[in-house]
Formats: sequence, C-alpha cells, structure tokens
Amino acid sequence: MDKWEDNKAWFLVVPVFLIVAFSAIIPLMTVVNYSIQDILAPGKGVFVGVEWFREILSDSRLHGALIRQIIYTFSILAIEIPLGIMIALLMPARGFSSSISLVIVAIPLLIPWNVVGTIFQIFGRGDIGLGGAFLHKIGIDYNYASDSVDAWLTVLTMDVWHWTPLVVLLCFAGLRAIPDAYYQAAKIDGASKWAVFRFIQLPKLKGVLIIAVLLRFMDSFMIYTEPFVLSGGGPGNATTFLSQYLAQLAIGQFDLGPAAAFSLIYFLIILLFCFIFYTFMQNAEKENG
Amino acid sequence: MRTKKQSFLLILYFILLMLPIYWLINMSLKTNIEINGSLTLFPDNFTFANYIKIFTDASWYTGYLNSIKYVVINTLISLSVALPAAYAFSRYKFLGDKHLFFWLLTNRMSPPAVFLLPFFQLYQTVGLFDTHVGVALAHCLFNVPLSVWILEGFMSGIPKEIDETAFIDGYSFPKFFISIFIPLIRAGIGVTAFFCFMFSWVELLLARTLTTVNAKPISAIMTRTVSASGMDWGLLAAAGVLTIIPGIIVIWFVRNHMAKGFALGRV
Repeated sequence: MDKWEDNKAWFLVVPVFLIVAFSAIIPLMTVVNYSIQDILAPGKGVFVGVEWFREILSDSRLHGALIRQIIYTFSILAIEIPLGIMIALLMPARGFSSSISLVIVAIPLLIPWNVVGTIFQIFGRGDIGLGGAFLHKIGIDYNYASDSVDAWLTVLTMDVWHWTPLVVLLCFAGLRAIPDAYYQAAKIDGASKWAVFRFIQLPKLKGVLIIAVLLRFMDSFMIYTEPFVLSGGGPGNATTFLSQYLAQLAIGQFDLGPAAAFSLIYFLIILLFCFIFYTFMQNAEKENG
Repeated sequence: MRTKKQSFLLILYFILLMLPIYWLINMSLKTNIEINGSLTLFPDNFTFANYIKIFTDASWYTGYLNSIKYVVINTLISLSVALPAAYAFSRYKFLGDKHLFFWLLTNRMSPPAVFLLPFFQLYQTVGLFDTHVGVALAHCLFNVPLSVWILEGFMSGIPKEIDETAFIDGYSFPKFFISIFIPLIRAGIGVTAFFCFMFSWVELLLARTLTTVNAKPISAIMTRTVSASGMDWGLLAAAGVLTIIPGIIVIWFVRNHMAKGFALGRV
C-alpha cells in the first residue's frame, strides 16, 4: 500500500513519543550518567571514565550469567518452537472445540509471572507437590532447591509450560490464514502430509514464526520473576540469569556504577538482536506483500 | 481429516498444561494440616477458609483492587495515545518514521531490570512513587509500543480508499476517525486492550519496585507473605487462583480475535 507523504503525521505521534520518552529516555540517561561516575554520596560523583565497564567486562560472575543465559535461551527456543508448531497443527480449526482449545491454551499466558513461579514451587516440591512426589515415586531424587541441575530443568520446564502457548497461538493464526485452495491443489497433486507441511504450511508460517522467535528470544533474555520466585536464582547461582544478576548488583549490593555499566551493555546486546530480527521481519513482510 | 491419534495427543497436552493449575486449585481448598500431612488428589476437608481470609482481610483484597486500578488506567492511557500514532504509522510516510518505529520496538524488548533503579528515583522525584498512575505510566513503557504495533497491523488491513472517500465527502479528520475508522477496527482495539491488560497484569518487577503501601499490587503482597509468615501454602495457593480468574474471563471475550492479536495483527 502506498502511503501518503506528510510530515504533519508527527502530530499524531507526539503523545506516544512523549509518554514513552518519559519512561525510557530519562532513565536511560541516568544509567549513562551512573556508568561513568563513582557515586560517593547523593549528588557527589567522581568521573571515572570507562573504569566500571572494564570492571564489569572482566567480572567472572557476569560471564557465568551470560553463558547460562545464552544456553537457556537457545534451549527454550529449540523446544518451544517445534512443540508449538506441532500443537498448532493438532488444534481443531473451527467450531466450539476450537474456541475451547484456544481458551485452554491461552490460560498460562495470563497468569502473573510470579504466580507461575509459585505454581511450580508448589507443584515441584517433593513433600506437597504432585510433580515432585511423582518423580520421587518413580525413583528420581529430585529437589529443585538443592540440586542445581534440577533447578535449571525446573526453570526450563516452567518456561516451556508458560510460553509454548504463545507459539501455538501464533502458529494457529498463521495456519488459519492459509486459503483452502492451497490444500485442494495439494490434494489433487497427491502430496503427502509431510509435503503439505514442508511446502505449504511452513513457508506460510514464516512471518508468524519470526514474531514468535523474536518475542520468545527477547522475553527469555530478560527473564527475572520466575526463577526469582522459584529459588531466588539458586541453588548457588545455577539459575542466576542476566536480569537476576543485574538486580543483585543494583538493588542488593547497591553497586550503582558497575550495575549501570552492565545495564548499558545488556541494553546494547538487546538492541543488536532487536535490529536483526526487525530487519528479518521487514523483509518477510515485503516478500508477502 | 482429524484422526483419533491427533485428538489424543492434543488432549494429553491439555492435561499436562492444566495439571499444575489443578494442583494449585486443589491446594487452595485444603487446610494447611492436610497439605503438610499427606498427598491427596482431592481435598478431604473441603474448605473455603483461605478464600474467606483473602476477601475479608483488607491487606489482601486491597492488593487486588490496586492491581485492577493500575491495569485499567494503563489500558486507557495506552489505547488513547496509541490509536492516533498507529494511524500515522499505517497511513503516512514521514520524517524518521522507520527509526521511530524501531525505537518504540526496542522499548518493548528492553529488560525492565535495566531501568529499575533510575525508575525508582525518577518516580520519586516527580511524586508518582507509590501511586496507581505511576505504575500505569511505568507499564506504558512496554504496553504503548506493543499497542502501536498491534493496532498498526490491524489498521493496515483497512484499505486507504475508505479514508479518501470520507475526506472527499467532507468529513474532518477527528470526525472520520471517531465515527468511521474506530468502528472498523473494533476487533483490533479489543485485542489491544486485552494485551495491555495482560502484560500489565502479569508484570511484577516494576510494579513492586514502584510501590510500597498505597498501590501495592496483589502479586507483590503474595511474595511478601511467603517470606514473612513461614509457609502458608493454602493461602498462597488461594491468592494465586484468584489472580488467574480475571485472565480467564477476558480470554473468553476475545477468544476469536486473540490468535490474530498474538500475531500482532499481521496474518
């Protein structure tokens, strides 16, 4: 669609710009300010240049958190995307059963994130939780509070439980948008189920899958609440991801300088990935339109 | 074309999905003695005591009211500023439009933890700390970009000829926008409101940091109770169940448009 060219359209955008800028630019500038100063007392800072950046970049705990974060993010993408596609293919297309399925699938998405943590905290406990008790019954010594592998797997399971529905809904919307004529043509050609998936459904899902990967990547990259509620980032620092570590630095220890330097680096990483995905998305939209 | 195997797999998935929630409901209807004593699939002594406590204790139910207040304020602010902006993005080419759109997007994606401390200080300085409006405004950081994004998707599905015809017929822009355009994208507005509601309702980190007493959300009250009173599992579970209910109600209303909304209006 050709758009009108008119710079007066800025007037329509000004309210959004102001309201977001208030919450985005002022805090960001404060962070920049902190990252290059040593705050001794409120209002008394000493300029330290890139000192904090140097310190934070050689912080081995940050490296640990970053590596855990990357492994975690790629694990959940590797599970949630294929699983989401599969379930979307299983969903009934229309009628009452379709409505019910949609509502059931969407429920986990509307649970406050800390309640998701609470649900799994209760569910996974060996003494009072169904899941934990079941694992004990079949002879697995499972305890998310003391074993770091168990804790990591619990956070992973929680994320898959919580966010696969988002992928399902996206793919469901994508599948519904495929015209029936495509399937009829495939039927005439005698295409196998796999061929239909590979050459009709998957290409048509490309657009929604990019959105799914974008949202899941970004949101898992800033995961905070769920591991915080489950085990406070522990045991040890097994589930301390980037946001946890940042919150520990900034609010726990009040190390403003390093925390601010870390924030900026974190923000730049996000910005970079955001740009990559956004470019992909624009290109995909151009191909379709 | 659906086979028995497909339905079976789907139902299996639904059972796995519902199992943890079922367990939460189950726990909320038990007494603490039963919870700690034995593992039962159904409550032996069916009790609503946990729910009654939440509905009669002001320190609990004000949490719900606070949450609902700031969620509603946030939804209203987000929608009213995002509607004109989304229209501008979907209809006009203007200086810096692509950059502005990308910048908005980055705000949806940036981790709240990055802004935590400056937020705290900023809101304290301007006197919005511990107010409903303050939390609502903070949530605008991610809800406004998302609203613009979704609405833009829905609006781009409306042919531009409609606007042109209306303008030729002598409609002024505000009149056209309110009496013709908004009714056309009703579904999109509904979905957007749903998303604002959802993301504001589920967010904890900012809501907790920006409040102390007057606007403290229910989710923050829950975490506090867990650490303070030992483990009152039954009460915790009941509070959890009550936070799920508003979600289920809104899902039911938007179920037919929800999927398209999740695809940001782009299918």
